[in-house]
Amino acid sequence: MTTAIADAGHTPGVRYGSISQGRRRTLYWSYFFLILFVIFFLTPPVYMFITSLKSSAEISAASNPWWVYNPTLSNYADLLTQKTYLIFFRNSAVVSLCVVTITMLISVLAAFSLARMKFWGSATLATGVFLAYLIPDTLVFIPLFKTFAFIHDKTGIELINHWWVLIILLPTLTVPFCTWIMIGYFASIPKELDEAALIDGAGYIQMLTKIFIPVALPGIIAAMIFCFTVSWANFLYGLAFTTSADQLTLPVGIVTTLIRGDVYAWGQIMTGALLGAAPPLIIYAFLMDYYIAGLTAGATKG
Amino acid sequence: MAQVALRNIVKTFDKTPAVQGIDLDIADREFIVLVGPSGCGKSTTLRMIAGLEEATSGEIYIGDQLVNDVPPKDRDIAMVFQNYALYPHMTVFENMSFGLRLKKFPKAEIKERVQGAARILDITELLDRRPKQLSGGQRQRVAMGRAIVRNPKVFLFDEPLSNLDAKLRVQMRTEIKKIHQKVTTTTVYVTHDQVEAMTLADRVVIMNAGRIDQIGSPHEVYHSPKTQFVAGFIGSPTMNMLPCRLVENGSGLTVRLSDWLSLPVPPSRVARYRARVGKELTFGLRPEHIIEGRGDVPPGAAAFEAPLDVVEPMGMETMVYFIVDGVEVCGRVNPAAAGRVGESMRLVADLNQMHLIDPHTQMVI
Repeated sequence: MTTAIADAGHTPGVRYGSISQGRRRTLYWSYFFLILFVIFFLTPPVYMFITSLKSSAEISAASNPWWVYNPTLSNYADLLTQKTYLIFFRNSAVVSLCVVTITMLISVLAAFSLARMKFWGSATLATGVFLAYLIPDTLVFIPLFKTFAFIHDKTGIELINHWWVLIILLPTLTVPFCTWIMIGYFASIPKELDEAALIDGAGYIQMLTKIFIPVALPGIIAAMIFCFTVSWANFLYGLAFTTSADQLTLPVGIVTTLIRGDVYAWGQIMTGALLGAAPPLIIYAFLMDYYIAGLTAGATKG
Repeated sequence: MAQVALRNIVKTFDKTPAVQGIDLDIADREFIVLVGPSGCGKSTTLRMIAGLEEATSGEIYIGDQLVNDVPPKDRDIAMVFQNYALYPHMTVFENMSFGLRLKKFPKAEIKERVQGAARILDITELLDRRPKQLSGGQRQRVAMGRAIVRNPKVFLFDEPLSNLDAKLRVQMRTEIKKIHQKVTTTTVYVTHDQVEAMTLADRVVIMNAGRIDQIGSPHEVYHSPKTQFVAGFIGSPTMNMLPCRLVENGSGLTVRLSDWLSLPVPPSRVARYRARVGKELTFGLRPEHIIEGRGDVPPGAAAFEAPLDVVEPMGMETMVYFIVDGVEVCGRVNPAAAGRVGESMRLVADLNQMHLIDPHTQMVI
């Protein structure tokens, strides 16, 4: 597109109106800001990648930080053979997948009933869901901790310092948000669609599985991506509720095991973070984009 | 195939009455059109027959069964919605077969039924497409196809043509009529378009403010309206309505419309109107009963001269407007005979077609 405009601008003997000129200027500016944006957001990962290829000696040497003189994969090899790092990875993966599953089960059902079944208090409940989302996790982790301690005192069930307890904790963050966006998505589906399904002989469950979920799939996938990111990247709950090395998730594990006192294993930290960032990145960049594009093509209002 | 009966149906939404006591008997295979202005309760009535709304009181029968407490899926009805309500993620075939698949029909029968309906509607080559890839008219056909494959007792149409452009609407109207001739199922059709009502219906039900004003064949509601509302609602251009006074004139009666215009009541109507002499009434006459005056005036008609206010040539005919005591009156004349604006024209009113309306009860006398 840009070449076509540039060519048109150079054709001799023809005066061009302000439309193509304005268009070109707009393009220049948009590229300018896009490049700025790319630099701003891609510098940290690039720096991480460069550092991950360096040995500890090269990192501490006062050489050019943006260049690798003796590239090595030792950081990768060390981490991937270290049992604790693989445990962090497994913990994070299991927690995130379980949280996504639990959240979707709860919030799709909740959103469907709040959006479509008018029952006593449904509007208040929907607002309540939104308010619950507004409460930050920094505000609730201490009360939650206290609650767990109380449960331990009363029943003897130990909930603290187990990685799986995050499967119960993280939905407190993800369910309200996912429910809220799903309510919006379901509400945008025309009412006649469920009436048609009702007349066609569908019950509420069939209406949900055969009409609502397929039609709202782009929204459900967006909610799933959000949910996965939140649980994969969650630091606070992991830090507060788990302490033993074999119970940590990736974000907490990297920080607690690779920083010993004031000794920072920079190479391994960077490698660990980079590998840790890979799964959401892959999901974002390839799978989901492709999936959403394929689905939205035929899935809007009929 | 079944008859439908409504017995004193009332529907109130949060104390706002929508339908205020409706009695209606629909015969088997009949095509009934509910027509009225928006907010008259016609859609609500249809939705109550469908089971999408619960009647506040009254009884609904489909066939011989009381269906008040029967859920929509068990009423054996099919409904076509104004915005088609096709499932966007399904192909046309899947859309049409959805109901049958839910009822676990054998695959071969589903295929046969869908293809049969597709042939009737001429959409066989669209079966693999998604709703998004279809035009408005095609979507409308698919929506009807979805209803036809179910082979229900009753078809319900909720303003199915309102979303189409004018030309397509006329085409689909004919189509619906043809389909009903092929698939003779009891049909309840809701519209606000009186032309649709007149062309499609076996019987028209005219609703106004939650009540039925009149039920009758298109001919009946057009020529013998029972209320002022029906008289004004059916017919385009609308019926001329003027305040008048009935005065005695020897042995006959005269309708006095203004100082310069009085029209004699035809002898056949004198007995009917005699009791209203001296009362304030509303005089109604359709535009096509005011025509150009040439030669002899037929019995029951009256000729008069009127200064033309507006002249609208329509091609096949010309509308002429003149003013009687501040009220615009329309006549439908032969284009060749139409006079010019400002000039006086000789017109003939066919009073055999006149109506007198009691302004207090709004009933046609």
